[in-house]
Amino acid sequence: MDAIFIQILNGLDKGAAYALIALGLTLVFGTLGIVNFAHGALFMLGAFCAVTFQKIITISVKVRDEGVTAFVAYKEQPYLETWFGDTGRIIIDYSVPLSIILAIPLMLLVGYVMERGLIKHFYKRPHAEQILVTFGLAIVIQEIIKAYFGANPIPQAAPEILAGSANVGSWVGLGDNLVYPWWRLIYLCFSGIVIFAVFAFLQFTTYGMVVRAGMRDRETVGLLGINIERRFTVVFAIAAIVAGVAGVMYTPILPPDYHLGMEFLVLSFVVVVVGGMGSLGGAVLAGFLLGIVQSFASMNEVKDIFPGIDQIILYLVAVVILLVLPRGLMGRAGVMDD
Amino acid sequence: MSDFKKSGMSRRGLLKAGAVGGLVAATPSFFIKDAWAEEFRNNPTNSGEVKLGFNVPQSGPYADEGADELRAYMLAVKHLNGEGDGGMLNTMKPSMLTGKGVLGKKVTYATGDTQTKSDAARASAKRMIEKDGVLMVTGGSSSGVAVAVQSLCQEQGIIFMAGLTHSNDTTGKDKRRYGFRHFFNAYMSGAALAPVLNKEYGSDRRAYHLTADYTWGWTQEESIKNSTEALGWETVNTVKTPVGAGDFSQYITPVLNSGADVLILNHYGKDMINSLSQAVQFGLRDKQVNGKNFEIVVPLFSRLMAQGAGDAIKGILGTTNWNWSLQDDGSKAFVQSFGAEYGAPPSMAAHTCYVQTLLYANACEMAGTFYPPEVIKQLEGFNFDGMGNGPTLYRAEDHQCFKDVLVVRGNENPSSQFDLLKVVDITPRAQVEYDWTIFGGELGPYEVKM
Repeated sequence: MDAIFIQILNGLDKGAAYALIALGLTLVFGTLGIVNFAHGALFMLGAFCAVTFQKIITISVKVRDEGVTAFVAYKEQPYLETWFGDTGRIIIDYSVPLSIILAIPLMLLVGYVMERGLIKHFYKRPHAEQILVTFGLAIVIQEIIKAYFGANPIPQAAPEILAGSANVGSWVGLGDNLVYPWWRLIYLCFSGIVIFAVFAFLQFTTYGMVVRAGMRDRETVGLLGINIERRFTVVFAIAAIVAGVAGVMYTPILPPDYHLGMEFLVLSFVVVVVGGMGSLGGAVLAGFLLGIVQSFASMNEVKDIFPGIDQIILYLVAVVILLVLPRGLMGRAGVMDD
Repeated sequence: MSDFKKSGMSRRGLLKAGAVGGLVAATPSFFIKDAWAEEFRNNPTNSGEVKLGFNVPQSGPYADEGADELRAYMLAVKHLNGEGDGGMLNTMKPSMLTGKGVLGKKVTYATGDTQTKSDAARASAKRMIEKDGVLMVTGGSSSGVAVAVQSLCQEQGIIFMAGLTHSNDTTGKDKRRYGFRHFFNAYMSGAALAPVLNKEYGSDRRAYHLTADYTWGWTQEESIKNSTEALGWETVNTVKTPVGAGDFSQYITPVLNSGADVLILNHYGKDMINSLSQAVQFGLRDKQVNGKNFEIVVPLFSRLMAQGAGDAIKGILGTTNWNWSLQDDGSKAFVQSFGAEYGAPPSMAAHTCYVQTLLYANACEMAGTFYPPEVIKQLEGFNFDGMGNGPTLYRAEDHQCFKDVLVVRGNENPSSQFDLLKVVDITPRAQVEYDWTIFGGELGPYEVKM
């Protein structure tokens, strides 16, 4: 029972990342009809917003290690700590959540520039061309990041108070030995809030209503005198922000490197297809579902019976679901049916 | 004099006959000298240069390590050509290196990108051999790559001086006559680490292994398992994890209730960074199991990789091939040269690559030829010193170097950004030696048909 409970948590946690990336992908596909293979790169860019923010707030005075003469070795003392003492230390400690302040405007800008500068030229082009150009863009972005930050992962610590584990076993009456990292629980809650915010935006605001109408019938909305393209540009930027903040908050779980986006991209596309192309609810549902399935498939008891199942389970489930439900879990008729 | 006259031979005649006789006698050796010259690939006899092939990961996850390897190679080339301060040319013993190239030829190089993929590494090595005309291939940051390139080099009759490869297989079941490894291996890590584990954690422990699912991971798991079980430790479970898994949470959580009190991470590079960081996040290091503190061990440490794990590395035990903080003459000379050139200390990968280049060059000088079988014979059984890690032997039977092994701990209180590993123990070479037959394999022939 303990193992099952923990694997459900693992799955939800993993699924939260899948769902957040897939949500943005679906949003872009549903509004602009673009298959955006650069979406994983946006997740990675978000993670590097956290790295950049940390680098900025830890600009330091360098205290040289005089014992080393062959090269310059030094210990860093951040100015923020020198100037503001404990307050400075707290700001540095909370650099990951605080870096959302940097990530939101930056990702908004990146999303806007990407859509206006490149993506809009491919609206009416075949999906194959969209995939090629966005995939190329993803590679360019990751090579730029590698050139600036190197190939090695860069560690980002969660705030000290959240760095340990919560005794989740005692919360559900399963004993004291069942622990789960605080930051992963926070990530789960955070993803829930972001998903809710996106749905609320689309469901309960006039702006969102127009976007939804545009997703259904772009031409009719245009005939009503609404500049739907501008709204879709904003949606693209929102998708970029969602991917970006998801990347920021994921950094204490997985130290980011330039390849981070690619690691999630393929799985997120599987999630989108399983959920149903263009279906936001489907993307979220499939994200959590596949996350949980993957976690269970990695259990030793399961692998003892089916060796290597953890490597193929997602694709196996995707095949089965698509055989039974060709449009995915919540796919609508007419979307990519051709 | 008169006797000559009597026999009908003048002094002039005798001298002429002697000169002709000498010429005739010398003729075979004159033609035999370099007789193999035309018979081996990329023979540089008619060129003023000798070209070496540096096959390192220039892209992909180990690109930073590859860049450091390349820096070391370029430094070695400089030193071989008499530029710079000479580095370990000044400390290597015995050495025939003079700083005037190799056998009077200037050393040049070509580079390839392994991408840390076996097929890409073979392709770039093949390109360097066939198009760039390199005489020796060296480098790499993965055992899968090393085994693949080594096998290619055997087929091509080109010597391969391996870079960073730690699997027992490289000089075990997959060893080749044309392949040489200076780096230590998993067996040696286990042998070096075990006494320190015994001293620090005792002999009554229960270990759980998470292992990268490829040649290096398998052999390291086997070696560490054997070493720790010999101490009296029990192995609770060994679980293979896919390379590049990213999120290891589903593999770490079963450890929590497994009854194990030690987690051994047979991971390297990004896998090590992720699994270690996540194991710490799951509170493993704060746990008490079986009345003991839960411990994590990372048998193969690299300073470059340790950077990525941040604070998670602090206090963790492991082994490393070499560290820039060593104070022997060779290490100091190398660190001085590398630091002056690049403004940072060399990694253990850089060290092994630099040493391999010098060892190859020296073997050519000793052989008096670039002909690979003769160079191989010089490397086989070669004893040397002054290159870090104390007196070292290139064992003839499996082409594995034997030298002292460093046991290190993630530094709790680093004095600088490079001071990440603290040397806990230097295990003497005799303690990590083993019978070469235990890993099987055949070296293969000296002569290669082309």
